[in-house]
Amino acid sequence: MDQTLVVRNLSMTFGGQRALDDVSLSIRRGEVHGLVGQNGCGKSTLIKILAGYHHPDPGGELEIDGRPVKLPVRTGSASELGLSFVHQDLGLLPSLTVVENFRAWRISTTSEWFIRWGQERKRTAEAFARFGVEIDPRARITDLPAVQRALVAIVRALDDLGEYTKNDDTRGGLLILDEPTVFLPRSDRDRLFDVVRKSVALGASVLFVSHDLDEALAVTDRVTVLRDGRVEGTVTSAETEKDQLVELIIGRRLEAFEASHRTHTVGEGSHVSVADVCGGTIKNVSFALNEGEVLGLTGLVGSGFEELPYQMFGATPAVSGRMTIAGADHDLATMSPAAAIKAGMALIPADRQGSAGVGSLLVRDNVMLQVIDQYRPYRLERGRYLKDARGALHQYDVRPPEPMMDFQALSGGNQQKVVLAKWLQAAPKVLLVHEPTQGVDVGARLQVFETITRAAAKGMSVVCASSDYEQLAAICDRVLVFHDGQIMSTLVGDEITKDRITEQCYMSARTVRPDEDTRVPA
Amino acid sequence: MNQVSPGSAGGPLEPVENRPQPAKKSLNLGDYAERFALVGAWLVVIVVFSILAPHTFFNVRNFTTMFGTQTTLVMLALALLIPLTAGDYDLSVAATLTMSGMVVAVLNANHGVPIGVAIVIALALGALIGLVNGFFVMVFDIDPFIVTLGTGTVILGLTLWISGSQTISGVSNWLSSWVVERRLFGISLEFYYGLLLCVLLWYIFDFTAIGRRILFVGRGTNVARLSGIRVGRVRWGCFVAAGIIAAAAGVLYTGTAGASDPTSGSTFLLPAFAAAFLGSTTITPGRFNPWGTFIAVYFLATGITGLAILGVQTWVQNVFYGGALVIAVSASQVVKKRHERAARL
Repeated sequence: MDQTLVVRNLSMTFGGQRALDDVSLSIRRGEVHGLVGQNGCGKSTLIKILAGYHHPDPGGELEIDGRPVKLPVRTGSASELGLSFVHQDLGLLPSLTVVENFRAWRISTTSEWFIRWGQERKRTAEAFARFGVEIDPRARITDLPAVQRALVAIVRALDDLGEYTKNDDTRGGLLILDEPTVFLPRSDRDRLFDVVRKSVALGASVLFVSHDLDEALAVTDRVTVLRDGRVEGTVTSAETEKDQLVELIIGRRLEAFEASHRTHTVGEGSHVSVADVCGGTIKNVSFALNEGEVLGLTGLVGSGFEELPYQMFGATPAVSGRMTIAGADHDLATMSPAAAIKAGMALIPADRQGSAGVGSLLVRDNVMLQVIDQYRPYRLERGRYLKDARGALHQYDVRPPEPMMDFQALSGGNQQKVVLAKWLQAAPKVLLVHEPTQGVDVGARLQVFETITRAAAKGMSVVCASSDYEQLAAICDRVLVFHDGQIMSTLVGDEITKDRITEQCYMSARTVRPDEDTRVPA
Repeated sequence: MNQVSPGSAGGPLEPVENRPQPAKKSLNLGDYAERFALVGAWLVVIVVFSILAPHTFFNVRNFTTMFGTQTTLVMLALALLIPLTAGDYDLSVAATLTMSGMVVAVLNANHGVPIGVAIVIALALGALIGLVNGFFVMVFDIDPFIVTLGTGTVILGLTLWISGSQTISGVSNWLSSWVVERRLFGISLEFYYGLLLCVLLWYIFDFTAIGRRILFVGRGTNVARLSGIRVGRVRWGCFVAAGIIAAAAGVLYTGTAGASDPTSGSTFLLPAFAAAFLGSTTITPGRFNPWGTFIAVYFLATGITGLAILGVQTWVQNVFYGGALVIAVSASQVVKKRHERAARL
């Protein structure tokens, strides 16, 4: 028995779109197998099929430890089948102790009337010892550093596999690690990899999903690259260079969006300057922004780029940092949204329903919130107020342009247009946007691009934090690529293509400065 | 949220004139039925009791009494409405009412403080209670449900202390004269105070920027915060407003009886919640609103008065108010779901 997992001809279609296209893949017994690819390449779809969340198209086959498994995988049967998952969020209950978290895992499958906690603690300690980890089973998860939390989650998953392989030599089991290292500093990751190596030595196999190619090459035996739902190739890690992997990930396609749209001239002299921002993942970041410039911020998950707009706006406090807008100085440690708005800023957050607009209130009130003080009180129900609301909806092409319906009744794209209208009506000097076209249909996406570039053409400075590289290529004059909370590279002019940005995101991980590993885990 | 709507795949922003104007969405019959269902139910209740008790229920005196005696509850429910709109429960309003009424009685009857001064002190006390509630909720970030449960109990204790657990009578006639004795169109003046407050809150909630902001705070705290609204200040202000109005209700309560007892005020808490929630199913369904609350109070009062006239015993009051609260909350949930479903279509 030498294949732990075999996937044959697996396809998955979402509303006419192929998320997975005839994927075949095999993982050997005792192998650490990497799975890499861009956002939307089908990695998570594959994992979710294994976990039983998605039902794949008929025709695919799945085998675990030589036994055929019927598709779709029955939800909740993963541990009987020999699959054990650790997701990015780790799935731990932070207010409980380590042993309670171990126990919670199996509480649904057993039905004892009396839990012997002493024995449970011993069992948990034994599991840790097996993988060379030292953690007090009585510690509360919140009190543990990030790396130990990740270790708890991984050992718990391995312990679960132990139940499956017990007394059966033909069984190996598969541990699926879905980017568990994203939020860990590099120096701590080695401890995780030790556990991974110990587990394969004990006969398990590991499927290791990662964005970090250095890491993937270092810890795996082989790596499979997915692109646009297809297997682009499986390579042997020891014989592969990172550049080759990047090439497989990006492919050799031509860019659909070229920089031709960038016709407006960016003003001279910095309009906004941000200096020495620290806080969250961000470490000592400084940059300047010109009048009429669209600046892109990007990087891989965990690089912290998306935290900056919120820190500049005072939505999540920065530890320190200064910002100058048109000559006026602001301290980012004491920034608040109200002060940011007064300084001429606007923030369009990614979480549209939770942070940008109130679904259960009228479109009229959502779109007029920033300019409401311009109206006489008794006018707020109808008259000019309503007319202006309707006018704004027409101007930004919200469909339908009906102010008297609930915000939540609009489609994602139209909600985003309402949010743009809400903020642009107030004529800010600096517009901060985070994933502005997430959950937005194709037509509305172009309109959002158009609206942003038009605002910039009129002299507004725009900061766009996004992991949608195509979008950045379409609208940005300059792109800052982040890694581990710092700017690792800057792309300007013709360098701004989807492929270049993707490449920089993956490659920038290589040039890590030694002092970066001193970060204290959260 | 991710659905692709057929209408949205257009080009960039084109001039307004070139696009067809959509048909205006008119209110349909279902919406009207929903908005005025409670008014209808109220009329039905009146008709039923009028048939069952044609002489005792259906006469002018009964109606003027019914309208004239509910103002304490109207005011308390309206006080509650303000923090509820901002998304916060205030369980201390009934205790504030009791204490305020007692403070007026003690100061005026026992210490000879002029009635006007006593009223001002009582209202200031209401504001102080609101400040304290807001302090604990904002500064320590505690659930207002728990904070106001605690402060309410403290206030009731202090009320017993300042009154020596006694009913205090002998409050200046001037107060009762301006609360119950003087009448306009046959109804005690206090009815019009409640009406006036209702108009005031309607104006604030529906026609002013601060009203809109309170609504945004209640419905989407994060949206409000990121839109530059000082959420903490708004919520705190709502607690203070609730404290002042509850204190005013206490002053009227003492004026109605010409005396104050240290316990009966707390029985108003549940009816006030029932009225606020029942009110949120009518006039502007899905939203706490002053007119809905006003109508809900009189709907409940009519039901209880009718039952009392038919000779049903006083225990029915608890059954009626408690049942109304549960039914009202269920109904408002149904209304909310209906709107969400309509939004998805």
